[in-house]
Amino acid sequence: MSLLYSDVEEELRSSVRQLLASRAPAATVLARVESAEPYDRNLWRTLAVDVGCAGFAVPEKFGGAGASWREVATVAEEFGRAVAPVPYLGAAMATAALLAGGDEDLLPAVAAGETTAVLVLPFATPPRAPVPAAVQAADGALTGAVTGVADVLTADVLLVPTAEGLWAVDAADARLTPLTSLDLTRPLADVVLDASPARRVADPAWEAALATGAALLASEQLGVAQWCLDTTVEYLKTRHQFGRPIGSFQALKHRLAELWVAVTQARAVARYAAGCLADDDADLAVAVALAQAHCGPVAVRAAEECVQLHGGIGFTWEYPAHLYLKRAKADAIALGTAERHRSALAGLVDLPPA
Amino acid sequence: MDADELRRRVREFLAGHDPATRDRLSFLQERFDAGLAWISYPPGLGGLGAPRALQPVVDNEFAAAGAPDNTPLRIGIGLGMAAPTILRHGTDEQRRRYLRPLWTGEEVWCQLFSEPGAGSDLAALATRAVPDGDDWIVTGKKVWTSMAHEARFGILLARTDPDVPKHAGLTYFVCYMTAPGVEVRPLRQITGEAEFNEVFLTDVRIPDSHRLGAVGEGWQVARTTLMNERVAIGGGATPRESGMIGVVARTWRERPELRTPGQHDTLMRLWVAAEAARLAAQRLREQLAAGQPGAEGSAAKYAYAKLNAEISGFELELLGAAGLRYDDWSMRRPSIVDWKERSPGYRYLRAKGNSIEGGTSEILANIIAERVLGLPAEPRVDVAVPWKDLPR
Repeated sequence: MSLLYSDVEEELRSSVRQLLASRAPAATVLARVESAEPYDRNLWRTLAVDVGCAGFAVPEKFGGAGASWREVATVAEEFGRAVAPVPYLGAAMATAALLAGGDEDLLPAVAAGETTAVLVLPFATPPRAPVPAAVQAADGALTGAVTGVADVLTADVLLVPTAEGLWAVDAADARLTPLTSLDLTRPLADVVLDASPARRVADPAWEAALATGAALLASEQLGVAQWCLDTTVEYLKTRHQFGRPIGSFQALKHRLAELWVAVTQARAVARYAAGCLADDDADLAVAVALAQAHCGPVAVRAAEECVQLHGGIGFTWEYPAHLYLKRAKADAIALGTAERHRSALAGLVDLPPA
Repeated sequence: MDADELRRRVREFLAGHDPATRDRLSFLQERFDAGLAWISYPPGLGGLGAPRALQPVVDNEFAAAGAPDNTPLRIGIGLGMAAPTILRHGTDEQRRRYLRPLWTGEEVWCQLFSEPGAGSDLAALATRAVPDGDDWIVTGKKVWTSMAHEARFGILLARTDPDVPKHAGLTYFVCYMTAPGVEVRPLRQITGEAEFNEVFLTDVRIPDSHRLGAVGEGWQVARTTLMNERVAIGGGATPRESGMIGVVARTWRERPELRTPGQHDTLMRLWVAAEAARLAAQRLREQLAAGQPGAEGSAAKYAYAKLNAEISGFELELLGAAGLRYDDWSMRRPSIVDWKERSPGYRYLRAKGNSIEGGTSEILANIIAERVLGLPAEPRVDVAVPWKDLPR
C-alpha cells in the first residue's frame, strides 16, 4: 500500500482547493457562521454533484465514480484546510452505512449528490460504542431523540441506525433543534423523532460507518493542522519585533519544527488509514484507532500554536485562527477522544490494561 | 534497468561464483567488479548506474543465496559517509584506490570532524593543516570518532586558512590512521564502554594527493558527508514493533504483574508515537524512491531520538526494582551498538546519545525550520569575521 498521493488525487486536491478558495474564503466562512444558514448548501451541491465528491467511494453500478475512500480522504484534507461548512462527513458516514448495510435503492441518488443523506448519531460517539438504544422502531415509524448530531441540518434524508436496521426518515418528518456549538463551522443539532415515518433501507452497518468517519476525520484533522502550520510560518516570516522577523528567533523556530514533524507523521498515519479503508485491509481497525489517537492531538496543537504565535491578532474574532481552533478541539472529541482510541488500540494490538 | 534485469544479473553472477566455495573476500571483490555492490554507483566503481531504490532487490537476492555480506554495520561510516563523498568530490584515481576495499570491508573508515571546541558549530574547528612542499602538516584534536581504533583511513576536515571566515578556510583530506603522529585513545561514555575515541594529530604529514576537493572548499565537501549521515541514521525499513517499543511491548505482555493504569496510557501514547514515526519513515522511503527528495531524513532522526529517550525511560520505570540494576559498567570496545542484547539501563543511557550524535536535535530543529519551512536564519555574528578573530 502506497502512502503517497496519486496524480489523480493531486489533481482533485488542486481543483477542490481552487473551488474552496473562491467560494469559501475565510471572510465568507466567518460571515456565514452567524447567519441563519451556517452550512453552505450551494457549495455542498457543487462539490457533491459537479465535483462528484458524493460518489467517489460508490461503485459504478450504483451510479458512483468507482474510485475509493482514498479520494474522499484527500478531499477531506481540503475541507479541513478551509474549515469548509459542508456536511461531507455526515454524508460520508451515511454512504458507508448504506454500502456496508446492503442498500441499493437510496445509493444512486446519494452517489449522484441529488439526495444528501446524513447518518444520525451523537458526534461524540466513541469507538466500540454500541448502536444507540435511544431510538425505537415500531410499525414503520421511529420514536426517540439523538443529541449533538453533526451535519444533519442540511440533510434531505436522515439515516437512523437502530439495533434492527438502518432507517431512512425524511428530514421534514423529524424535529431538528440547532445547538450553539463550539465548532462554528460544523454546528450540531438535536434530533427528535416522534412516530416519524421511517423505512428500513439496510442493516445497521454501524461499525463500518464509525470506522469510515474516524478515518476521514483524521484526514480532515491533517488539513486543519497543515493550514495552521502554513499560516503560522508565513506570519512568522513577515511579523517584525525587536528589529527582526520573529521567525528568526530560535524559541519559535523549534516549536514550528516540532509541529512540522508531527504534521509529517500525521500525513503518513492519515494516508495509512485512508488506504486501509479503501482496500478494506485487515489492519483497518488498528489504522483508524492509530489515526485518531495521533491526528486529533496534532490538529489541536497546531491550532493552539497558531493562536499563540499570532499573538494578539490570533485572539480576535476577525482573524480566522479561532475557526480552526474550534474545529480542531471539536474534532478531537468527535468520534472519540484520542484516549478512547488509545484504549481501543490496546485491545487490538494485545496490550491489555492493568 | 529494472528489478528483473538485476535479478538476472545476480543469478548469472552466482552461477559463476559459488559463495559456498569462494573465499569471502574474493567473492565480495568479484561482486564489486561485476557492478553488483552498490548498484547506483557508476560502472567500474562497484555499480551499474541503476536506481538506488532497487538496491534491496540485489541485496535480498544475494542473501537468499547464502552469500556473505560486507558487514554493513561495521563499515557504516565508510559506506554511508566516506563513499558518497569520495564519489562526488574525489579524483578518478582516489575513487579507484579507495572505493573497492571500502565496500568489501577490507579497509575501515572513520570520521575526523568534531573537536572539543567545535561540535554543533563544526565549521569553527581548529585543527590546522599547514602546507609543506607537496605535503600538509596537520595538528589538532578530534573527538567522538567511532571506529578510529580499527580504521585504516579517516575523512578529515582541517583549517588551511585562518585568515578568512570560518566556512571558507577549510579543506577535506583522507588521513592515514597509521601515519606517524596519529594517536587514538578510547573515550569512555556514560554507558561504561567506549564506542568512540579521541584522536590526537601531532605534525601528521598528509600528501596533497590525499586531499578531497579543492583547498578552501572543505565545507562544501563536508556537506555531502553530513547529508548522507542523517539519511543513514534515520532511514532503515522496519516492521511494526521492531524498534525499542517492541521490547517494552513484549515486557508488558509477558509481565502482567508490572502493569498499572497510569503506565498503560503512557505505553499506548508511546506505541502510537512509535507507529506514527514508523509510518512517516516508510512514507519518506516511498518519496525518495519516487524521486521526491525531502528533508524528512532530518525529521526521522529528530523523531527517533525523542522517541527512544521516552520509551527507554518508560521501560526502566515499568520494571521498577529491576530498573535499579545495570548489566555491566566495564570498559569495553564494541564495534556495533547492540541495544537489544543489553539491559534496560543501557538502553536508557545509550538513547541519550541519539539526540546528540549526527547533529543534535536542536540543530536538526534549526535545519527543519530554515530549510523546510523557510524561516529566516538567526542573525549571525561570525560569518564575515576571519576565523582567527572569533572568540573561543
